[in-house]
Amino acid sequence: MPPPVTAENNKLNRRLGVDAFLTFMRVVMSTFVILGLLMFIGQQIDPDNFVASRINPDATGLTAAQFEGLVISGLSQGAMYGLIALGYSMVYGVLGFINFAHGEVFMVGAMTGMITSNKLDESGAWESNFLLSLLFVLVIAIICSTLTAIIMERVAYRPLRGSPRLIPLITSIGVSFFIQNVSVVLLGPGAKSYPTLPEWLSKKRELLGFVTIEGTRLMVLVVAAISMVALWYLVERTKIGKAMRAVAEDKEIASLMGINVNRTIVTTFAVGGAMAGVAGILWGLLFRSVVHTTGFLPGIKAFSAAVVGGIGNMGGAMAGGITLGSAESVAPLILLEPWGIDGVSQLKDAVAFLVLIFVLLVKPTGLFGERLSTEDRA
Amino acid sequence: MSTEDRGPSMSTAFIEEPSDEELPARRMLDQDWRKVFNYGLLLALVLVFVALTNMPVNLDHRMLIEPIFSMGYLSLFWLPAVFGLVVCREPVLAGMPSHAKGSREVLAGSLVGLIGGAGLSVLTFLLDNFNLRDPLVNWSPQLLELLSFQRDTAFGIAIWLPVGLVLGTFGGLAHLLSATVRRMLSWAFASVIAFAIFETVILDLSEGFAWLGAEWLVEELYFIRGGLTMHGAAVLAVVGGLFAAFGRDRAHRAKERFDALEGTSRTRANAIGLLVVAAALVILPLFLGGITNELLANVGLFVLLALGLNIVVGLAGILDLGYVAFFAIGGYTAGILTTTNRGESWPDWMPQFYWGTALVAVVILAALAGLFIGAPVIRMRGDYLAIVTLGFGEIIRLLFLSDWLGGYTGAAQGVTNIPGVQVFGLATVKGTDPRAVFYLVLFFCAIAIYVSWRLERSRLGRAWMAIREDESVAEAMGINTVNAKLMAFVVGAVLASFSGAILAAKVGSVFPNSFIILVSIVILVVVIVGGMGNIAGVIVGSVVLIGILGGPRQPGLLQEFSEYKLLIYGVLLIWMMLKRPEGLVPNVRRTRELHQDEYLQDAWLRGEIDADSEHTDDSHSNGNTGVLPA
Amino acid sequence: MFTCGINNNPTLEGQTMERTRKLLLLLAALALFAVACGDDDEAATTGDDGDDMAETGNDMAETGNDSEMMDHLGDGSLGTITVEPGAEVQIRSLNALTGDVALFGLPIHRAIEIAVDDYGDIHGFSVSLGQGLDDLCSSDGGQAAAQTIVADEQIAGVVGTSCSGAAVAAAPLISEAGIVMISGGNTSPALTSDLAGTAGENYNEGYYRTAHNDLYQGRAMALFVFNDLGLTTAAAIHDGDPYTQGLAQAFVDAYEEIGGEITGFAGIAKGDTDMVPVLTEIAAASPQALFFPIFQPEGNFIAAQAPGVAGLEDTQLLAADGLLVAGYLALEETEGMYFSGPDSRFGENVNQSTGKSAVDFTSAYESLHGEAPTSPFWGHGYDATAMLLDAIESASYVDGDGNLVIDKAGVREHLDGLTGYNGLIGLINCDAFGDCGSQKVTVIHHLDSNDFEGSTDNVVFEYAPS
Repeated sequence: MPPPVTAENNKLNRRLGVDAFLTFMRVVMSTFVILGLLMFIGQQIDPDNFVASRINPDATGLTAAQFEGLVISGLSQGAMYGLIALGYSMVYGVLGFINFAHGEVFMVGAMTGMITSNKLDESGAWESNFLLSLLFVLVIAIICSTLTAIIMERVAYRPLRGSPRLIPLITSIGVSFFIQNVSVVLLGPGAKSYPTLPEWLSKKRELLGFVTIEGTRLMVLVVAAISMVALWYLVERTKIGKAMRAVAEDKEIASLMGINVNRTIVTTFAVGGAMAGVAGILWGLLFRSVVHTTGFLPGIKAFSAAVVGGIGNMGGAMAGGITLGSAESVAPLILLEPWGIDGVSQLKDAVAFLVLIFVLLVKPTGLFGERLSTEDRA
Repeated sequence: MSTEDRGPSMSTAFIEEPSDEELPARRMLDQDWRKVFNYGLLLALVLVFVALTNMPVNLDHRMLIEPIFSMGYLSLFWLPAVFGLVVCREPVLAGMPSHAKGSREVLAGSLVGLIGGAGLSVLTFLLDNFNLRDPLVNWSPQLLELLSFQRDTAFGIAIWLPVGLVLGTFGGLAHLLSATVRRMLSWAFASVIAFAIFETVILDLSEGFAWLGAEWLVEELYFIRGGLTMHGAAVLAVVGGLFAAFGRDRAHRAKERFDALEGTSRTRANAIGLLVVAAALVILPLFLGGITNELLANVGLFVLLALGLNIVVGLAGILDLGYVAFFAIGGYTAGILTTTNRGESWPDWMPQFYWGTALVAVVILAALAGLFIGAPVIRMRGDYLAIVTLGFGEIIRLLFLSDWLGGYTGAAQGVTNIPGVQVFGLATVKGTDPRAVFYLVLFFCAIAIYVSWRLERSRLGRAWMAIREDESVAEAMGINTVNAKLMAFVVGAVLASFSGAILAAKVGSVFPNSFIILVSIVILVVVIVGGMGNIAGVIVGSVVLIGILGGPRQPGLLQEFSEYKLLIYGVLLIWMMLKRPEGLVPNVRRTRELHQDEYLQDAWLRGEIDADSEHTDDSHSNGNTGVLPA
Repeated sequence: MFTCGINNNPTLEGQTMERTRKLLLLLAALALFAVACGDDDEAATTGDDGDDMAETGNDMAETGNDSEMMDHLGDGSLGTITVEPGAEVQIRSLNALTGDVALFGLPIHRAIEIAVDDYGDIHGFSVSLGQGLDDLCSSDGGQAAAQTIVADEQIAGVVGTSCSGAAVAAAPLISEAGIVMISGGNTSPALTSDLAGTAGENYNEGYYRTAHNDLYQGRAMALFVFNDLGLTTAAAIHDGDPYTQGLAQAFVDAYEEIGGEITGFAGIAKGDTDMVPVLTEIAAASPQALFFPIFQPEGNFIAAQAPGVAGLEDTQLLAADGLLVAGYLALEETEGMYFSGPDSRFGENVNQSTGKSAVDFTSAYESLHGEAPTSPFWGHGYDATAMLLDAIESASYVDGDGNLVIDKAGVREHLDGLTGYNGLIGLINCDAFGDCGSQKVTVIHHLDSNDFEGSTDNVVFEYAPS
């Protein structure tokens, strides 16, 4: 006699195939990572060991200084992803949708920074009074990107609140497209440069006796840390932060409690925009070059970072950013190269997305769990 | 601008018939001054923006009516008129009396136009006196010259005020016209613009129909290179207007009669319609020249892609942003298997395959890729899924581009020397013969349409729609959501891979840069603008967007617009989502999902609170009839 | 099947009909003119013998035996184009106008516009460029655009494409239509030849280019690095663009052939900003030279970040024409770099057809577009246009009715035999596979970020193949 077909039973049966496949993928990916790491360590010890000589004959291993350089570049890139990811994470926490256009807010920050700093450079203020001009550039960039975020919310997202989930998501793709191309048609498609930074900022310096780090990268890390603390303070210790958390938890109840939901949402966008503006300036100072696409891929990676860290979780966003940034920088060389793959740097973006897929497969709530809201968004 | 006006207008898009009773017109000065001012300001901003995008200068040499009117000026002129019209547009509520229109509306229109014109005056002044060319690349003397109508700056500054005023007034005056007159005017205008825009296609057609004397007609209509002649435009306007007055009524009645058909006669009517369209598609290309056939072939490629994505996004509700991956897999598989110049890493004994044989491999690989990409993501929530599929799309492209696999894929140098498709030794379908390519595409589109149509009405199709509406409920109803979603991925993947395989044969080469993220997004825009979940909608979307504006790597009819193509895509996507999320040709069920609140509200306004939902959407649904049996 | 006849054989029936129609029109115009002049005889003849005239006119155009025919090139084997009085000679520009590569394509397109303006009339007929076509830097874009070109039988030639990938798909169509395309930007060897007498796999008749062949540049750089700088290990980085990958590959091949050691060949993705990973990958073997023939902005990041990567402190940085632009040389960190590229000492050069010098060109360009050209290939685009117009001029004549008749075969004949042409880019000689570029590749040493001209004139190595 066949077993009774219950709904539960049925569900179990039909899920088996896909689950087996997913488990298989998890195992394959983990094995790939672990073996790669082991082989990398083997290479470091002896570049001509018997495994490396077979799989990766031109293995050379990395020097400590090279490794340090990789990690620092990964960290500073990751800190910027983290700053952008904060905006994604906050908006996702409060509204429950990915604001694809958040990367463009970041780009607007970098662009306005470029325009202002070049104007200041023309007038000579950039050289004569660097710190003051930097502050000015920062303020302008923050204002512009915050305004962009607010207008975006008002025009494109507010009317869609309450519509099916995919609608605002698709709209945000449209907004992203629009802002990118506004930049193309108004400012031209070419890469634009920031003026040269003063020597004292950009030169390499010794830190704590053993780390050598470029001043600009150090600045990125410091500013990211400061912004992070400020944001933490805002969300956890102020009234508006409390309102944000309440709105994230439940909009209707929050409004019953006398919280102005609209204003809180706008504030969330504004704060996210300001963070993106800061990230834009840091980006500009670090790489000294912006294009209209500056925001697109970093934006997507920042979102991945937010997911990796656990969406809605402030600390997670920053941690996710740093994880992703470092992985992107380090993983091609220590996980892929030992497998004998040529030109691994070309696969940098692929690695970033693989990290995202891997994390979602292994721990779907992200490394640090989701927070801000417990509302089920499945 | 204010969102307050936007709120109600969304629901009113569906109620066209005004109420019988009308309240008397309001007094001229009884204005919502703030609103008028806001609209004016917005108009000024938009006008300045359009001017600074350099659209007027770039489009200036595309003449619409030789020698008086170029597309460049059109890009500015239409705005005040539209704003002048919209400023006094009020929500028309069924059963509720509304005010008659009068001088108040005209005044509002004029004011809005005036403020907008002032914006351009200010811009003209600034252009003359400041140099902001450093950040703004289009801050150029050419723009100044255009804005001042090739005269001196003072003239330019002065002239924009009356121009704006007049255009805005026109917009406002439109309120006073009766529906028929308004329709006649808009048809007259539309036909002139359409004939001017479609010039290349019409010229192309005229050569095919030369034996009908079409060439003579065209000579009359068009100037030698670019633009309608004055008398041509006049004739077109009259014909368009007359058609609106008389022809349209008849068309309307015919449609009503068609809608009234039931049972077998309706099926027959549908079948006849389908046959006529099919026959037209088969015969027409014989009369078309290279440009139009090329355009149609490109549109067809996107129809294939969009039909596939429509299954994934439109039916199953899975937002796949990495759809281009399957396009790439199709293109590369077909390319590598059929090329005469294969990467050096392939074994020597591997034969050069015939395209048809390669297609089998394409289908299998695409289906496997669909499973492989689908499996990890189907359990994810919508937005995670979107970003992960986007990631997969990039990963696939990067793999094709990488030096690592370069021995197989050609890396940056792509796969070249792909021969065309031999059809029974009779002909070779390749890029130099766009007509043959079009037939090939048409053949696959027919398959895709048939498959989509059957699937939509199958058990699987209903399962997809159930999942789209509510996954947990679908699951509870006993639908195997995992399998159904995987099937959506597979079917979508196979359709996209067909398109890729045809692309490889058509272009004769495949490069990684044909498969960027942008392609995924453009396909998504096509599906959304056309109408998610609707086959006819998807086709309309492809024709309108790819045919007229152009695809990511395909020029459209409006080549001049190529710089603004993506900008327009962005605007369209936002606008469609805000105003008409169901698309140009909506799917009845999908529309109902998207506008449930509004339907209920409308029903309530009509006093049909008890009416069942079937009844309420009869009055609005105009879609899903198209050419296909519904 | 009547339609197939018309469409499959456009050169016969279609053209004949077209020509007859145009002649009739022309006759009408002539009649009017004659009436206006009051010359009774003339008017009478034209009016009476309209049909006969049309036929004779036809014959004249086809056989080309008319007594008034000027001396022109071409045997008519590819057909002719007839431009009526008052109409314009049509040529087209097909370049990358949008997207990432617009930086590279736009200057070429604008140079073409300026060249057409400078050139003036051909036998009294003005030249029209029509709407600029966009090759979208891709094969599909190139093909679609080529399709619109060949559909217009009045078009006598194309200047383009910018990207080799687009040319691969466009050239077969243009070639089949019997007209020519001259590119100012393609450098892929596949489009012409391997420089050893073997046609490339994508070579088509009627394809010419003023840009140099990648193989020359790769070899020039390799020789310079190995012989002149005496560096024996080198690495190369490309950005996944067919152009940069091809050039990097050409360099690597040539360098290994002359005995150097390649320690790394890596790629980056367009849009990457953090170059430390790729540089570390390269640095593992500490090459003495690093060649990165890529574009901005990625090139900026490499120059800025390379010195900071352990193992690359003393590596000599080398780049190619993609970065040989004012905006890049103005960066302080690029000082000391070597750049290979076409000989860009355009200063004194004058285009022999238009009489304009490079200086005239740049000032015209800047006043029109408010910026300096963003790539060094404008000279190539300018010369390509002048050459095309020259070719059309020498392959055309004005017939008895005042029509300009262009012999398509003659246009190719002119370009095939072109030697010793003085262009902005230098002396131009076309080889058997359409490589016309001034094949002199130079390497410059960039010393002062405040002096663009000084750096581009500081040529330290010249390579001209024998």
